[in-house]
Amino acid sequence: MIIKTRKEIPSSEITPESVYRERRKFLKTGAKAAFGVAGAGLLSSAASAQTGDALFARAPADINLASKPDWLVEKAAMRTDAPASGPFNTDEELTPFEDVTAYNNFYEFGTGKDDPARNARDFSIDPWTVEVNGEANKTGTYTLEDILKPHTFEERVFRLRCVEAWSMVIPWVGFSLGDLLKRFEPNGDANYVQFDTLVDSDQMSAQRSRFATIDWPYQEGLRMDEAMNPLATIATGLYDDILPAQNGAPLRLVVPWKYGFKSIKSIVAIRFTKNMPNNTWRDLQASEYGFYANVNPQVSHPRWSQASERRLPTSLFNPRRIDTMMFNGYADEVASMYANMDLRRFY
Amino acid sequence: MTFLAKPAAFILCLLPGAYLAYAVYLAFSGGENLLGPDPAQFLSLETGEWAIRLLILSLAITPLRYLLNWPYAFRFRRMIGLFAYFYVCMHLLVFLMFLLQWQWGAIGREIAERPFITIGFAGFVLLTLLALTSFNAAQRKLGRSWKRLHRLTYAASILGVMHVIWIVRSSYFDAVLYGSLVLLLLGYRLLRKYSEAVRKFSILG
Repeated sequence: MIIKTRKEIPSSEITPESVYRERRKFLKTGAKAAFGVAGAGLLSSAASAQTGDALFARAPADINLASKPDWLVEKAAMRTDAPASGPFNTDEELTPFEDVTAYNNFYEFGTGKDDPARNARDFSIDPWTVEVNGEANKTGTYTLEDILKPHTFEERVFRLRCVEAWSMVIPWVGFSLGDLLKRFEPNGDANYVQFDTLVDSDQMSAQRSRFATIDWPYQEGLRMDEAMNPLATIATGLYDDILPAQNGAPLRLVVPWKYGFKSIKSIVAIRFTKNMPNNTWRDLQASEYGFYANVNPQVSHPRWSQASERRLPTSLFNPRRIDTMMFNGYADEVASMYANMDLRRFY
Repeated sequence: MTFLAKPAAFILCLLPGAYLAYAVYLAFSGGENLLGPDPAQFLSLETGEWAIRLLILSLAITPLRYLLNWPYAFRFRRMIGLFAYFYVCMHLLVFLMFLLQWQWGAIGREIAERPFITIGFAGFVLLTLLALTSFNAAQRKLGRSWKRLHRLTYAASILGVMHVIWIVRSSYFDAVLYGSLVLLLLGYRLLRKYSEAVRKFSILG
């Protein structure tokens, strides 16, 4: 019986996106003006008077994680705001936190869109290590703190376009992947970089399934110039908080000009390679999924037309079907990397 | 009590649809959202799942009748088959109305260009034929050829399973479950036919 009931969050507890944005603006100006001293008290009382309980709707303890490392929460809270314009922000309406965290493809936790949110409740990210190997000077095993500490977190609002023809607009917290990769000093043979998702069938229930099509670990890769593009992002949080398990805690890729499956979640390995590395969906079905997987409305997928997309949340009255943009709207920043490539062949 | 069996089965078959209809009603009246952030996709998935489940159940009636020696089972066959068709229609309606919003150009393209939709649509056409000839009058009029015509259910169920196989992403579970059930139910028929032929032959011989 697949009738699914959704645990409903009363509408009174959902922070409207406008409130979220206003609050960010308010916190920022307040902090700037008072340097966080007198501002804080004034701020919270004024803000709560303004928005009531909604302001505290997303209590940090609510997200799916066994525990939240304090230092990481602190870093996420200290993040800088997205710039007002440019590729790191957009005027488009944000997809509500409740939908970003309830509608996920994270096959380690199940096949249904609501499975990850349900099956990842007690996911543990503490301790967490990332193994770096391959064509680089500073290989080895790094703790999460080693990986993230040196970087300043920024808010980056990106469109996320799934190959299944739906999309969201998500305010991520993170930093450029390139800044991280440089620290490992990739050598001259590092033409590509590959990433692995955690394999832990105790925590990831679908990895125990005999019917899984995926040969775990889930893997993805980028060409080195793609990885060094400033838009390629390591995300560690979304909205005000660190990443919930179902969104790829504690660190994931966000490659906004590519289909969502390239944005690998819960990364535990980074590998610099000379040759084009495997990526999971291409291994499974090369006729459908390529290595590059750039968002491209002109190249149709056998299952889904890629000419348009449904911007979530949709409703039955308003399917919010919009035209898909080349490179998901990031052509100015990324198109030059593919100048001499036949994108029909290298999909 | 047996006089209650049919109404009870009717209500059971209707329940998933009634729940979905209620969820749609809530969505349109601004009530609680039971359908999630992508309601059209959710409805499409649910109606499709129930269509194939009931189609397989309708195929299971004949084997059940013989294996359990339970002639009464035949009384449910048409009803379950028509319910399968009902969910297929809802599945198609959700696709046309909510996912494609009656953009006929897009509909034509989707049916022509996406093999899994082509197959699904072919299954719908077959089942339409069967639904239209499911009534007593049609049965009488068609006589012996009615039975032959309604063997198209086998083809429709194979198309249904192919439709499911084609959309496999991260798990083979549904494809294996529905595929093996259809194989089993069609295999049973072959076996029965074969053993009957053997029996006839031995009597003649």
